[in-house]
Amino acid sequence: MDLYREKILDHYRNPRQYGKVAGATHRAVRSNPVCGDEVTLTARVRRGTIVDVRFSGRGCAISTAANSLLLESLVGTTVAHVRQLQPAAVLKLLGVPIGPARHHCALLGFEALREALATRT
Amino acid sequence: MPVSIRRQFPIFTRRIHGNPLTYLDSAATTQKPAAVLSAVDDFYQRHCANPRRGLHQLGVEATAMVEDVRQEVAAFIGGRPEEIVFTSGTTAGINLVAYGWAPLALRAGDTVLVSLLEHHSNFVPWQQLGALHRWRVQFIPVGAGGQLDARWFSAHLHRRVKLVCVTHTSNALGTQPPLPAMVRAAHRVGARVLVDAAQAVAHQRIDVQRLDCDFLAFSGHKMYGPMGVGVLWGRTELLRQSRPFHYGGEMIREVRRQGTTFADPPAKFEAGTQNAGGIVGLGAAIAWIKQFGFSRIARHERQLTAYALRRLSVLPGVVRYGPSGVIGRGPVISFNVRGVHAHDVAQILDSLGVAVRAGHHCAMPLMELLQVPSTVRVSFGAYNTKEDVDRLIRGLKEVQRIFSGK
Repeated sequence: MDLYREKILDHYRNPRQYGKVAGATHRAVRSNPVCGDEVTLTARVRRGTIVDVRFSGRGCAISTAANSLLLESLVGTTVAHVRQLQPAAVLKLLGVPIGPARHHCALLGFEALREALATRT
Repeated sequence: MPVSIRRQFPIFTRRIHGNPLTYLDSAATTQKPAAVLSAVDDFYQRHCANPRRGLHQLGVEATAMVEDVRQEVAAFIGGRPEEIVFTSGTTAGINLVAYGWAPLALRAGDTVLVSLLEHHSNFVPWQQLGALHRWRVQFIPVGAGGQLDARWFSAHLHRRVKLVCVTHTSNALGTQPPLPAMVRAAHRVGARVLVDAAQAVAHQRIDVQRLDCDFLAFSGHKMYGPMGVGVLWGRTELLRQSRPFHYGGEMIREVRRQGTTFADPPAKFEAGTQNAGGIVGLGAAIAWIKQFGFSRIARHERQLTAYALRRLSVLPGVVRYGPSGVIGRGPVISFNVRGVHAHDVAQILDSLGVAVRAGHHCAMPLMELLQVPSTVRVSFGAYNTKEDVDRLIRGLKEVQRIFSGK
């Protein structure tokens, strides 16, 4: 089936940016009541630049791959860049269209990221 | 069951992503036979009027049709017509007990025992109203094999326990608690028992006299009927004690500016225009079930469940939850595929036309107990066949193939 292409399965099996950032400056936990998934997002930001950002928790292939692809693309970018980021751009990272029923899976980590960057630990 | 009954369900002519429909989600809602769809259609085409209001011919017909179904429902579950309250579904029935009966029957400090097998609809009302009215709400734990802890239950029954809320068949695991025994024990301390029969009415004969419970709620749409219609059965004296849950038209005897006197049950609880088309469809669903009889339906579904359990048990990497066999269970199986999230399993199965449920099944406290965020749930109806199970197993092998990267 189309959705479970090698790229998504690869990021599911070997997620990039997985774990917790030591000395995190920003942190957020988001959970998805529909599937019971939970993601913890930690980031270290210095003068507006994302030095490191990681996610941990349990999720399906779509949510794990989306988090992995998103965070991988964000290391070294700025908080201002993340503020400009649209959900559609995050979905695009997956490389295949996902049905509306899975949007909440793919965007859980993104929501956690935005929440984390909006608050300071 | 004859394979030909599938032809009575128009939905099975659908193709799903190019495949025939393998519908294994009857615990969420059953599909509807043509007889039910045409009964609803016929009501609106030929008899549409507001029941219990019109003196005209159509009004008389609509009233008679609704009241006929009340009689049929009463016979179907062994109650009396005046004990049958039409609702919008199981959730509305349980809330009617929670808002209409419980606040008058319970005092602060009284105990409500709620099983941990419950669907949120028989859990959240007690948790929320318990906090409001300061009832002590305690949860009957679930032990090995998804069974209620009978020892805990008998140890926690005492004079201040006024209500026990328990499911007939767990929607998440299929577990069937030992109901007549639990009811007897509850009655010995003077507690009333509310049974959530949503997952039971389509699969086996429910007899409120034999169960000896005090309230019983179910939905039409999980028993081949339309969505938006359900039934609360309650003992006459308890319905008389209860306050109306909704106030409005056709539930009153007399309205004066100084006050209002209410109609007798069940009219007292049926404020506003009823879902008459849905009620007529529910009547057609009961007739549809009766042409086969529960002994045939139950035997067929038990055989399917046993077959599916057997096929699943030899599939490596499948972890099952709930009862191990078919004794004391409804036609429901919950499981996970190791290393694969339930949503991914469901999505791949869907691409092959196999419809299952994945998630917490509106039973988060139970999922917490099982220590899993979600499971895959397969559930059967009278129209399912062994081929449906075979397609499920083929689909699960495909899931494992995709995720193993081979």
